[in-house]
Amino acid sequence: MSQTITHAFDAAGFDALLASQSEPDWLTTLRREAFEHAQAMQWPERRHEEWIRTDIRMFQLAKFGLPALKPSDCQLADTDQVHQLVQGVELGGRVETVDGCITKASLDEDLAAKGVVFGSLSEIAQSHPELVRPYLFTAFDPDHDKFAALHAAFMSGGQFLYVPRGVVVDRPLHIGSILTDGGTDTTHTLVVLEDGAEATLLHESNSTDSGNAGLHLGSIELVQKPGSHLRYVNLQEWGHKTYHFAQQKAVIDRDCSLQWTIAAMGSLLSKVNQSVDLIGPGAYSQVNGVMFTEARQHLAYHTLQHHKAESCRSDFLYKAAQQDKSRTVWRGMIKVDPAAQKTDGYQRNDNLVLSNHARADSIPGLEIEADDVRCTHGSTTAKVDEDQIFYARCRGFTRKEATRMIVTGFFQQIFDRITIESVREALGAAIARQVREYA
Amino acid sequence: MTHVLKIEDLHVSVGDKPILRGVNLTINHGETHALMGPNGSGKSTLGLAIMGHPGYEVTSGSITLDGKDVLEMGPDERARAGIFMAFQRPMAIPGVKMADFLRHATTNVRRPDRKEGEELIPMREFRKELREKMEHLRMDSEFARRYVNDGFSGGEMKRAEILQLAMLQPKFAVLDETDSGLDADAVRLASESIADIGHQKMGLLIITHHDKLLEHNPPEFTHVMLGGRLVETGGKELAVELHQHGYDRIRKAYPDAEALNQKLLAEDAEEALA
Ligand SMILES: Nc1ncnc2c1ncn2[C@@H]1O[C@H](COP(=O)(O)OP(=O)(O)O)[C@@H](O)[C@H]1O
Ligand SMILES: [Mg+2]
Repeated sequence: MSQTITHAFDAAGFDALLASQSEPDWLTTLRREAFEHAQAMQWPERRHEEWIRTDIRMFQLAKFGLPALKPSDCQLADTDQVHQLVQGVELGGRVETVDGCITKASLDEDLAAKGVVFGSLSEIAQSHPELVRPYLFTAFDPDHDKFAALHAAFMSGGQFLYVPRGVVVDRPLHIGSILTDGGTDTTHTLVVLEDGAEATLLHESNSTDSGNAGLHLGSIELVQKPGSHLRYVNLQEWGHKTYHFAQQKAVIDRDCSLQWTIAAMGSLLSKVNQSVDLIGPGAYSQVNGVMFTEARQHLAYHTLQHHKAESCRSDFLYKAAQQDKSRTVWRGMIKVDPAAQKTDGYQRNDNLVLSNHARADSIPGLEIEADDVRCTHGSTTAKVDEDQIFYARCRGFTRKEATRMIVTGFFQQIFDRITIESVREALGAAIARQVREYA
Repeated sequence: MTHVLKIEDLHVSVGDKPILRGVNLTINHGETHALMGPNGSGKSTLGLAIMGHPGYEVTSGSITLDGKDVLEMGPDERARAGIFMAFQRPMAIPGVKMADFLRHATTNVRRPDRKEGEELIPMREFRKELREKMEHLRMDSEFARRYVNDGFSGGEMKRAEILQLAMLQPKFAVLDETDSGLDADAVRLASESIADIGHQKMGLLIITHHDKLLEHNPPEFTHVMLGGRLVETGGKELAVELHQHGYDRIRKAYPDAEALNQKLLAEDAEEALA
């Protein structure tokens, strides 16, 4: 790790953080409360259902400092070079961060003129508190666990997108979060779409080098008002010694659609809770998840599709491939409240285990309290089929080429659901990079 | 020089179960051989052993192509050397488009020395050729965009195998029941296509239970397999006889082979029950 720790995740660090900010009082109050809770909370119990498969004994918060408190202490990195979702895409705006410091923020004038707001969360919390305050921490729960509370207390350099009623953002917006070696990122992303608004947000997280250590304590909140449509893409390629703890949650109202694509490739250990609350009739959420792991990576995704209103549809598909000694955990839950009649819920997780030492845990779950619903779930875990390999070899493919092709084909079902070309390409390239040299 | 695929005293086991018990067969380039025999006699096993399926162990004997030891080669090297098999039951590869699969396959087979990662045949050139071949085989162009054998009907799979034969242009091809599971029209189309693509242009080993395929591709030789051995070899008229009268004469004439065949079938039935 290249960085020395100036401020730690402790009381002194917290005071220094508050002293360095000029944010509104209501936000400071939220932070203080979260910090008190964090201090009072224990680290998750090993026996806790959410952590029973994810061992964090090696994780030491004390090894990481706070993100830089002064702009002059911010690290610089060539962000364009590491971003992949922007190739050949005409963007409407960009927000870039390095170790949680905002290094670039731009929004096309025509969009700004329509009332779209996109940029640094902490700056906008000062300049437009009326846009931020009603929504911040409404989807995200700082009391979920100690990681969530720490995030809420120490968040910095977040991003905020607001799209007013009826406004269609016709070009994708981009968020790039970068970690330097040993860096910390406590980014909070808040997206608010008013009634009938539409947007596409491409969000990618990278380390400056794939071997980097680092800490990401993050959260994403997506708030969608009735009839709004959001396509949201997360490409996570943190360095392979990075810890990634995140709460990612959407709350979508009547007749909304949300297409949420997650590709998780990086980090040493990830523990992510991803959930979508469907709170108004006719809401639809599609989630496409890709995990591809190697070495000793451990990626745990806990998904929740919570139907709180009637006649909503949710469709979650996670596909994961595991190499070397890596492991993924997927634990899904469809929750249907008594009021959520006519729910159509689907969840599926397919795993392709590419090594004898790799492991995939797949735990689907249903909790249904309404009687007129259709909920289905599925889970498969398999190795690459030797008969498929033989067939391809009979057509001239080497074993390695055959394996690559089969792995790519395995993920194709996800690609087929993604409607953004640059995302399909970036994902395809990311997967191709990840495929090991098979003997 | 005429290419020769030569199989000598081939013994093949699956696990510790002997299936082929000394097969001898020489196919010259341009010749058509019919391989007939009752179910379970070992016809598919011979094809899979020729391709190098890892589950089919050659316990003795040899397979050579123009004098080169085929048994030393992996299945992909055999394919690149010009050996092909149209499978009785082809595998599905979900998520991989027929066109992408074939482009890669065609490149590797045409450029046997190609290293992994080197360029494939230019997309344009390949698409044009594929389209022509598919039109010729009266296949819908949408076929190329479908995933390899994924959700294909039995007939579609067989036609896809023929398309691969057409694209890869091997020196030798084993066609394992490429005419089964098809309706009468489709059998005729398949028979004509194979005659067009392969008859006298390749060395063909045709495994079939029907007569149409052989009418369009008259064999110089007909071999009858029973109990893992080729018990009889004749000309075209032997195929005609077997089509008309079945295997009763053969079973009676070769009681030892028939006993082995029955034994294997009985074991299959046992395994199916277990
Ligand atoms: N993979 C296998 N595992 C077990 N037995 C097999 C396998 N393949 C072939 N056999 C056995 O070998 C015998 C010949 O099979 P096969 O070559 O498929 O016959 P044919 O194609 O002539 O019908 C059968 O008894 C069959 O059960
Ligand atoms: Mg057979």
